[in-house]
Amino acid sequence: MELVCPAGNLPSLKAAVDNGANAVYTGFRDDTNARHFAGLNFTPAKLTEGVRYARRKGVRLFIALNTYPQPGGFSRWQQAVDRAADLGVDALIAADIGVLDYAAQRHPGLNLHLSVQGSATNYEALKFYRDHFGVRRAVLPRVLSMSQIRHVVEHSPVEIEVFAFGSLCVMVEGRCILSSYATGRSPNTYGACSPASHVEWRETSNGLDTRLGGVLIQRHPKGENVGYPTLCKGTFRVGDNTYHAIEDPTSLNAMELLPRLVAAGVKAVKIEGRQRSPVYVAQVTRVWRQALDAFERAPEDFRPRPEWTAELGKVSEGAQTTLGAYHRPWQ
Amino acid sequence: MTATTNRPALRLSLGPISYYWAKEKVDDFYAMAADAPVDIVYLGETICAKRNQLRFEDWLAIGERLEAAGKEVVLSTLALLEAESELIRLRSICDNDRWLVEANDMGAVHLLQGRPFAVGHSVNVYNDRTLALLARQGCKRWVLPVELTHETLAEMQQARPDGVETEVLGYGRLPLAYSARCFTARARNLPKDDCQGVCIDDPDGLVVSTQDDNRFLALNGIQTQSARTMNLLPELGRMRALGVDILRISPQANRTDQVIDLFHRVMTGELDPLDASDRLAQLMPTGPCDGYWHGAAGMDVQFRAGQAA
Repeated sequence: MELVCPAGNLPSLKAAVDNGANAVYTGFRDDTNARHFAGLNFTPAKLTEGVRYARRKGVRLFIALNTYPQPGGFSRWQQAVDRAADLGVDALIAADIGVLDYAAQRHPGLNLHLSVQGSATNYEALKFYRDHFGVRRAVLPRVLSMSQIRHVVEHSPVEIEVFAFGSLCVMVEGRCILSSYATGRSPNTYGACSPASHVEWRETSNGLDTRLGGVLIQRHPKGENVGYPTLCKGTFRVGDNTYHAIEDPTSLNAMELLPRLVAAGVKAVKIEGRQRSPVYVAQVTRVWRQALDAFERAPEDFRPRPEWTAELGKVSEGAQTTLGAYHRPWQ
Repeated sequence: MTATTNRPALRLSLGPISYYWAKEKVDDFYAMAADAPVDIVYLGETICAKRNQLRFEDWLAIGERLEAAGKEVVLSTLALLEAESELIRLRSICDNDRWLVEANDMGAVHLLQGRPFAVGHSVNVYNDRTLALLARQGCKRWVLPVELTHETLAEMQQARPDGVETEVLGYGRLPLAYSARCFTARARNLPKDDCQGVCIDDPDGLVVSTQDDNRFLALNGIQTQSARTMNLLPELGRMRALGVDILRISPQANRTDQVIDLFHRVMTGELDPLDASDRLAQLMPTGPCDGYWHGAAGMDVQFRAGQAA
């Protein structure tokens, strides 16, 4: 099982490599990838350094180019593909059919992965990406149950990677435009969900209101912990009930499913969080490395250790974790 | 403005019903559609395979009646395909040799390759290279993804492959997201596996308001829609100039016949688009929006009711 860890900058990349990642995924410093945040990501020079560092330690380096260019901007995505190919990355992670087509035509030797933003939830879709672009791996959206994942892997023409830990998308990735409905910017068009540029924090007599694009997402009473106003994790009213109508502020942690993911034939587990700190990357990578090693030593006895769960809980959104869609009752 | 004389006139389509309606309501709706001035009707369940008021044969029967009434019939497919049972159903739709199929997922595109097919707005066609590749596989019609602007559409139209028609969603609550989770069942404290089909109680979706009473979203099972209804009727002139072939109306629970009538009368020149949009605003469950088309937040309103002279 390959452990694929996030890096939003060089210190995070080193933290992932040093703490036991098998592969690190990154992005360029612009809207060609779905973590387009101020100050985050790699210039070509930094990425060259990153590739060298990862290579020395035998770790693979992936680059995500997983947003959807429009005709006017397409040449920038082409240049980013060319740059990734020149850097000799181990895989390009892309979602858009046009980008995949360009990459496959122009750089036939380049290893292509279908990004989670490609929204492929079934093996018929995976066949399309294999047939047309020679995609060798796909990252599944966080919407399938464990038994559905097993079924996809069984019939898939490509390797399967799944998210194992981190911030939880409750919608099918690549097909959620809630963010642009409120702000004009979505992961598909801009590479960011609920962008910080559109967030407002407003003190009221009762506490603090957080808004996104002017829409009230969360109303925090005085003294309550204030979270980032991601649209789908807001508190809304349906009928007479006021609650997290879409999803609670919580993180995915699939560690207890590790034996079943291995048995299903999943080839890689992915840690979310290119926007997080090097400390997060180091902690989460270390814990997951320990878990994967423990599983390899004694698969029959594998169970997440309390100290791992506690450590991961510390860096989780809302300090709580869930199995998400992998666990049918969550759905 | 470019000349459009070589292109056939703009046609009107009726998109698939995105909600769960009782069979009688569906039958009544399509009896209305058979006599309404729409050219194309999209049929089938696109949101949730558990909705079982109509079987595949029922849809085919509706299709036959609509075809007899002179409509072009297209079969639409599920946007989110997870279970094998859903793929089995998809294959039987794709195998029909009578009507065009609208693929709403790349799995459907894979099954339809080599035959003529359409792609719906849940297939991400954001650039001309994507559209060109799909056209080589047999795509004859695409629907502009709803978050894209008229400027992007203009770029797409310039590079559009021969023989491919462009359709734009012109009216309806916006499709914003799909999930494994059923939000309607969650709102009722029911597990998805025992949802009891409760979304049948919300024929326009279930409104989600912010804590300061802004009607924001509409829950439609595993789909999230906008609470506001997008209306692009004021942009009809621009759509014609851009060579848009088809304008789509997404069905709503009540008075869709009046929506169709207003669109039709504007298209024939009988009504002014702004006057008609004022009347449309009265027919919407929550109110209008049109931001995406103009490059703003989707919920924004450029054309305001009452703006007509």
